[in-house]
Amino acid sequence: MLLALRGMDALPIPILLSSLIPGLIIAFLREESVRTRRVLNLGGAGVKLALVGVMLWGVAEGERYEWRLSILPGLEISLVGDSLALLFITLSAVLWLVTTVYAIGYLEGSPNRNRFFSFFSLCVTATVGIAFAGDLFTFIIFYEALTWATYPLVVHRGSEAATRAGRIYLIYTVVGGTVLLFGIVWLYALTGTVAFVDGGALAHVPPEQYPALTGIFLVLLAGVGVKAALVPLHGWLPTAMVAPAPVSALLHAVAVVKAGAFGIVRILYSVFGIELSWTLGMAYVVIGAAAVTILYGSLRALYQDDLKRRLAFSTVSQVSYIALGTAMSGPLGAAGGLVHLVHQGLMKITLFFCAGNISETHGISRVSEMAGIGRRMPWTMAAFSIGALGMIGLPPIAGFISKWYLGVGAIEAGLPWIIGLLIASSLLNAAYFLPILKTAWLDPHPDASSGEGEDVIGIREAGPLLLLPTLATAALALGAGVFAEAEISPLRWVWMVVDRVFGLVQP
Amino acid sequence: MESSAWAAWSVALPLAAAAVAIGGWRAGRVAAYLTAIIAPVLAFGTLRAVQEAGPLRHPLGGWGAPLGIELHVDGLSALMLAATAVVGAATTLYAGAYFNRTTGRWFWLVWLLLWTSLNGVFVSDDVFNLYVMLELLGLSAVALVALAATRDATVAAMRYFLVSMAGSLLFLLGIALLYARYGTLSLTLLGLVAEPDAASLLALSVMTLGMMAKTAIFPLHAWLPPAHASAPTPASAVLSGLVVKASFYVLLRLWLQVFGVSGGGFEAALLVLGALGAGAVLWGSVLALRQRTIKLLIAYSTVAQLGYLFILFPLIAVAGPWAETAWQGGVYQVVSHACAKASMFLAAGSMVKAVGADRLPALAGIGHRLPISFTAFGIGGLSLVGMPPSGGFIAKWLLLSAALGSGNWIWALVLVLGSLLAAGYVFLVLRHAFEWSPEATRPTHPVPRRMEAAALLLALVALGLGFVAAPPLDLLGPLPGAP
Amino acid sequence: MSAALLYALTGALLFSTGLFGLLARRHLLRKIIAINVMASGAFLVLIAAPGPMPDGAADPVPQAMVLTGIVVAVSATALGLGLALRLREKTGRSTLPEDHPR
Repeated sequence: MLLALRGMDALPIPILLSSLIPGLIIAFLREESVRTRRVLNLGGAGVKLALVGVMLWGVAEGERYEWRLSILPGLEISLVGDSLALLFITLSAVLWLVTTVYAIGYLEGSPNRNRFFSFFSLCVTATVGIAFAGDLFTFIIFYEALTWATYPLVVHRGSEAATRAGRIYLIYTVVGGTVLLFGIVWLYALTGTVAFVDGGALAHVPPEQYPALTGIFLVLLAGVGVKAALVPLHGWLPTAMVAPAPVSALLHAVAVVKAGAFGIVRILYSVFGIELSWTLGMAYVVIGAAAVTILYGSLRALYQDDLKRRLAFSTVSQVSYIALGTAMSGPLGAAGGLVHLVHQGLMKITLFFCAGNISETHGISRVSEMAGIGRRMPWTMAAFSIGALGMIGLPPIAGFISKWYLGVGAIEAGLPWIIGLLIASSLLNAAYFLPILKTAWLDPHPDASSGEGEDVIGIREAGPLLLLPTLATAALALGAGVFAEAEISPLRWVWMVVDRVFGLVQP
Repeated sequence: MESSAWAAWSVALPLAAAAVAIGGWRAGRVAAYLTAIIAPVLAFGTLRAVQEAGPLRHPLGGWGAPLGIELHVDGLSALMLAATAVVGAATTLYAGAYFNRTTGRWFWLVWLLLWTSLNGVFVSDDVFNLYVMLELLGLSAVALVALAATRDATVAAMRYFLVSMAGSLLFLLGIALLYARYGTLSLTLLGLVAEPDAASLLALSVMTLGMMAKTAIFPLHAWLPPAHASAPTPASAVLSGLVVKASFYVLLRLWLQVFGVSGGGFEAALLVLGALGAGAVLWGSVLALRQRTIKLLIAYSTVAQLGYLFILFPLIAVAGPWAETAWQGGVYQVVSHACAKASMFLAAGSMVKAVGADRLPALAGIGHRLPISFTAFGIGGLSLVGMPPSGGFIAKWLLLSAALGSGNWIWALVLVLGSLLAAGYVFLVLRHAFEWSPEATRPTHPVPRRMEAAALLLALVALGLGFVAAPPLDLLGPLPGAP
Repeated sequence: MSAALLYALTGALLFSTGLFGLLARRHLLRKIIAINVMASGAFLVLIAAPGPMPDGAADPVPQAMVLTGIVVAVSATALGLGLALRLREKTGRSTLPEDHPR
């Protein structure tokens, strides 16, 4: 049975359906049917993970999954399961399962759970679709679907602030999506192709069209740059913080920002090809935008007292590592950028889970209120510490691996100033993460100094449905670093991607 | 059945049903339901017949042109018949639950006459026949608005009546000029002999002016929003979805088939039409953004969406393969807007019924208070914005690629701006849908399931059009009159 | 000037007069009459159209059209008058209100 599935070209379809169908059914359940909803959610996530596992196995052994549906002459919906797609899909599938467990715990007893889980599933479906997209036409279909599937999650609480954040989110993403569509149609009208081709689909375009291609590249970059939160298109991301914690977690680690980052990777590698991107000087534009974003995001993060906002600006900064690495022409930099797609996801989702745990259990959402929280929530804060130290780039956590290869890649690509950028960014990371750790672990709890004995303040951890996912992702973040050279690890897979998709050679 | 008789049946069926509907509410409802079941079958049969045999021609009573009345069904007609059948069937289902014996006494009769005249417009190959059908269409449309019997509806119906009559009579004057010049009424024959001389151009101008008034293209749009918003909801759906498209269809026949403008020589005039379309897209959207009640908002969005259709005209003037792409995009916009807009109106009617008010803030929390109707509205709205996957997306893709491919940046910008503005006014409804305010928990009036289902059905068709674009566009065939 | 041309020009004049009345007059009864004047103008132009008949024989097609047109115009007038009456009932006036509703 597994073998039959492995050989199935249309395998992307059941993988998409495994979250789409539960999502559609949940939408029309009664609010009280908690059990059915849980079975559907976890069942869907489990089935998806299993199917993705089969596909991983197939792709590792050289399969390539392809499914096409012709929409118009010359335009088709094409779903392609190759190694690059699977990098993103595996991340989504794993984190979806974890986040679903977390969300079930987080939203217990709150209203409108049907709507929430329904759009949650649609959101993951769209994300996986983005990863599977075999051309820009398919890409934008899922990219736009993601925008609208995420909106109800952002405004889930229905408050004034949520509605406002939702409006800002939509303004940014809808304009971004429209700009992207404009660029795609322009490319289609000019060259007649929007396909993703390994090594670049536009390699054979005659040089007299280079000025137009430059324009198209910039338009496309601006389009995906909104979701990737490239400065100055990042404004929606910190505002979207009003969303419930699991949504923020998914938004920052998997769905929206990663869709943008993945789009940049596709444009660089599968549409233009890295060589043409350098010929046009556009790779430099990407590197420049990423560099500015990395510094700006970190600087802004320094000044946020709201924990989730600080994490949000940290995302702005960290996601641009992906663009930075992939725009460098060498395999090492590419590996660093791509592996960060996974590593940043694991670390950031841990951090957001922790923020959710803290605010759910103790009602604390500000860094300044976190004094002594480490003693009350040792597990949560341990996970938080792993995430934070990983973001700074401390070995042996996953973030170190990313930064290492980014740095080596920079030298390989002859861009030594990027090393300086990485060091500056790491220092800034430390400057906004370490104080949190200090406050949480070393500062005394405010109640402790008010005369009450230490023993009054016992451990009060988040519930198991919140804590277990947090620990799981923290463990993954740690494991991805420690076992980076193991037989099965994100880094291993990235080497394979770099090998196959980009035709670059592993050193 | 002889394949060419499909056209005759598609007119005869609703006409016969209308005759039955004189008998009263119950008879009318049975007749309309039967029509709703059979019409899609007929439309599908027509599609198949055209697909297999090419354009169909049917001399009524065996009398062909130039003396008799000839019916003619090509790909465009067949698609319009199909859109009418689908929207008509869903609206009929909705109306059966929306009206009762008292409020719906005359609805079935008027609605079936309107259905007859719509199909009549789409199968006519004879300009005078077109006139009669347009006149019947206009009068029954006015009567549908007047069925609402409120002050607003009466004023709107009166205004609609005057505009519609002026439009038809301008068309009739044009017919007289064409007949005086060429001695034939057949669209096909006119297409063979028409030349751009003074008399013909005068005829074209007055007919175009008349049809523009009936299509409510900017700046002749002021009558439309009050009429479409104050009509009973099923009427709003067919008025916005289908009726305005009939006069646009006549414009397509005139400009493309009779005068073959895609062959060149009309660039300036086409540019003017396109500019009016751009004005409609922008101004209609801005007005839609300023509305405070849901039905007026949807009605103004119709004004904006009709603008896209007119952008078709300058785009077909460009040479090369992009003219055909534009033609396909324009027709696809007609069909998908018909489904999307009708579903939005039907869903809006259900939502208004549920909360008992039509102000936008009253719709707070409608997302969980009336999920099915809201889903229908949302899908319809996203198709309107041109979000994938939907028919509206395909239409926008085609139009946009025609504009960019031929280097017509201005039209591309208008299309893009229109999308953004549309997202804005759809959002005006969406933002309340997920709101959590005291109003959001108030209980709703019950809404019959059939009403919700009808809206959802149309929304799903609009969605499905995003996946099956190739067969209908194949059927549509090449741009008429292309060199 | 041939008789046909005279008819046609008169028809066009009538049509324009009607159109002017429709646009310029405020009373609904006048507007409805103006529509009928427009219709008569169009009919006159139709009648004047020289058909494809050999000399002398009257072309039956325009006559058929005008007959149909008159029937249509009568029905339309009936609907218009009915609406005007309803409007008077609802608003107490026989003119369209200047403002748009709401």
